[in-house]
Amino acid sequence: MLKALQIEPEKCTGCLQCEMACSFHADGVFNPSKSRIKIFTFHDEGRFVPYTCTQCSEAWCMHACPVEAIVLNEKTGAKEVLADVCVGCKVCTIACPFGTVNYDQTSKIAYKCDLCGGAPECAKACPTGAITYVDADHTGLARMRGHAAKSANMSAGA
Amino acid sequence: MSWTKKVLRINLSNGRISSEPLRMDWAGEYLGQRGLATKYLTEEIDPKCDALGPENKLIMTTGPLTGTMAATGGRYSIVTKSPLTGCVACSNSGGFLGAEMKSAGWDMIIFEGKAPKPVFLYLENETAVLVPADEIWGTSCWHADEWIHRKYQDPLLRIAVVGRSAEKGCLYAAVVNDLHRAAGRSGVGTVMASKNLKAVAIRGTRGVGNVRDISAFMAAVNKGKKVLADNAVTGQGLPKYGTQVMMNVINEIGAMPTRNMREVQFEGSNNISGEAMHEPRKSDGKPNLVTNAGCFACTIACGRISTIDRGHFSISNKPHYWGASGGLEYEAAWALGSDIGVDDLDALTYANFLCNEDGYDPISFGSTLAAAMELYEMGVITKKQTGGVELKFGSAEALSWAAEVTAKGEGFGLELGLGSKRLCEKYGHPELSMTVKGQEFPAYDPRGIQGMGLAYATSNRGACHLRGYTVASEVLGVPVKTDPLVTEGKADLVKAFQDATAAVDSTGLCVFTTFAWTMEDIAPQVDAACEGGWSTEKMLETGERIWNLEREFNLAAGITAKDDTLPPRLLKEAAKTGPAKGMVNNLHEMLPKYYEIRGWTKDGVPSKDTRKRLGLNASGLAG
Repeated sequence: MLKALQIEPEKCTGCLQCEMACSFHADGVFNPSKSRIKIFTFHDEGRFVPYTCTQCSEAWCMHACPVEAIVLNEKTGAKEVLADVCVGCKVCTIACPFGTVNYDQTSKIAYKCDLCGGAPECAKACPTGAITYVDADHTGLARMRGHAAKSANMSAGA
Repeated sequence: MSWTKKVLRINLSNGRISSEPLRMDWAGEYLGQRGLATKYLTEEIDPKCDALGPENKLIMTTGPLTGTMAATGGRYSIVTKSPLTGCVACSNSGGFLGAEMKSAGWDMIIFEGKAPKPVFLYLENETAVLVPADEIWGTSCWHADEWIHRKYQDPLLRIAVVGRSAEKGCLYAAVVNDLHRAAGRSGVGTVMASKNLKAVAIRGTRGVGNVRDISAFMAAVNKGKKVLADNAVTGQGLPKYGTQVMMNVINEIGAMPTRNMREVQFEGSNNISGEAMHEPRKSDGKPNLVTNAGCFACTIACGRISTIDRGHFSISNKPHYWGASGGLEYEAAWALGSDIGVDDLDALTYANFLCNEDGYDPISFGSTLAAAMELYEMGVITKKQTGGVELKFGSAEALSWAAEVTAKGEGFGLELGLGSKRLCEKYGHPELSMTVKGQEFPAYDPRGIQGMGLAYATSNRGACHLRGYTVASEVLGVPVKTDPLVTEGKADLVKAFQDATAAVDSTGLCVFTTFAWTMEDIAPQVDAACEGGWSTEKMLETGERIWNLEREFNLAAGITAKDDTLPPRLLKEAAKTGPAKGMVNNLHEMLPKYYEIRGWTKDGVPSKDTRKRLGLNASGLAG
């Protein structure tokens, strides 16, 4: 079964455990500045929002790459950057409408979320369940369950 | 390793900036953060120096676990000599700045001297620059934070900053980081402002690596996270209610200091409690609490993000305060509420916003205001001093006004900025100051929690709950339940809490983890990260060494056993209601025993044997 990252911002507390888990998995250091998933804080609204690659089917980054360095992992559905093929031209970073492909000044290649090969560390590290890894055909299931619970209550109370 | 092993030294007088290796021999004895920076301070300054003079130094310091994935591993401290107490000051803060500093490659930043003109430090990894701060001097923390972010067009900069209260000499000014986290107590912000240092802005992109045994570390970290998640306090109570989970609990046991500690229970406590922050308002149907928030790496997330009712008198014509920001924690809700008899949640939240916006400690502020209100009631302070404002207990209007003038350092705000001790002395009633060693009490009345009396009297930074939180044992039963109304066994309890806390404060972790974690949970995380064999025993011995070093600093600064006491009100005026009715704090039953088990003389001085056992170099303190 193909799985996808599911993000529920209302559960996020902004602790950055996901950013550390991501950077640690990828580079071996705890370094939020190199994380593929990012938490955005909207201070005046009191909101924290995790954001990362949605692994789009017709991936702009993949189609834009002139050297075919971004490929589909059939097992996970992730679009992965082949480090030894990427030439660091950054076209993918321009092509992605969501900004989730970035260029690393140190390694001189593009980097993006690769779902950690099918076991995303961000989801494992999240203490509140704001990031989960769920059935890709049913990412709305948790929300459906939430609403279902509410309607059951309503009819019970009516 | 986990230490970066690098210290950034900044001489503000001549602008010289240098890098030096961390003293690893000291790190082996004092670990990091609170302990290690106290060792540096003790070695480098004369404890008798003027806290606000250029000879004092200000150290921003992380712990070895700061910036790692260890739950709550984002703390930093500011260590300096306090202008409020004359003791060593060590104020701990969360947020994100500490981890950023570590990620930039620094364990510690030592500020020396005094800049000829206002400056701020811009630090990006190895690049450190002192930048003129004329345009933000005289502005609030929030304004300066926004200005620096805009100047560098970098939303990811983490900023620590002092506000107008600090610049105007408020003796309990804080250093505010990330808009609403603060190194809050003992006037560390006042010291920073005295050096003409407005802010420290950091961007770190190197990350934290070099963990000694990474697989053991991740195993210990994951185990620790599970313990926090499964514990009722850290897994449920704190995320839902924040530290405000304590408000109704402490009121019920009769340990809620009320109206300058005249009473021990507050009739309005429920209106300003953690539960009340969840209640929908009548005006717009929204609760005070918007969400809980975590500091860096924190899996507890006790932080409060709140809004004030837009129709409330304090902000109805001030859109600046209509957004969400850092909400009330228990100590602030007590000081701005119960201690001055105000139960208007919106007024408290407004005052709390102002404490963050202009950087001053809500505990010391509220407690000083409480003393001022008692003096007003007695007719000693009059409308002449307040410019016509009725400074009455219970007045939300008086609270809002007092918070505004203290924030700006204007008029009577300058007197409130003196702190309770100096204010009461000025008006001829030192007995009304609810302080120890010049620092105001937090929110636990030692008549109803006897051990806290000893903890306050002997705290190395003056009255404080975070130097030995025996409330955990006496009220919550962590790690074992003790009777809050007896003194027996409390000397041992206080010592154990003081030593353990000193060690925890030196790791980079948050002391709130200890609601769930014991040293058996913490030591393996430190040991996996750091060289040096950090067993539980070594951690506790390190904590004891740190406690004694702080004591040595204070003794050398001129503090004596005579200062290990409580205000007469708590020793002579019995609690009027609640379980402790009829009781005073029986400090005299605990203090001699405490000195004895500390290995101190009857004058409260560490004995030769104690110094030798802990490897304290007393000669370094003679200067």
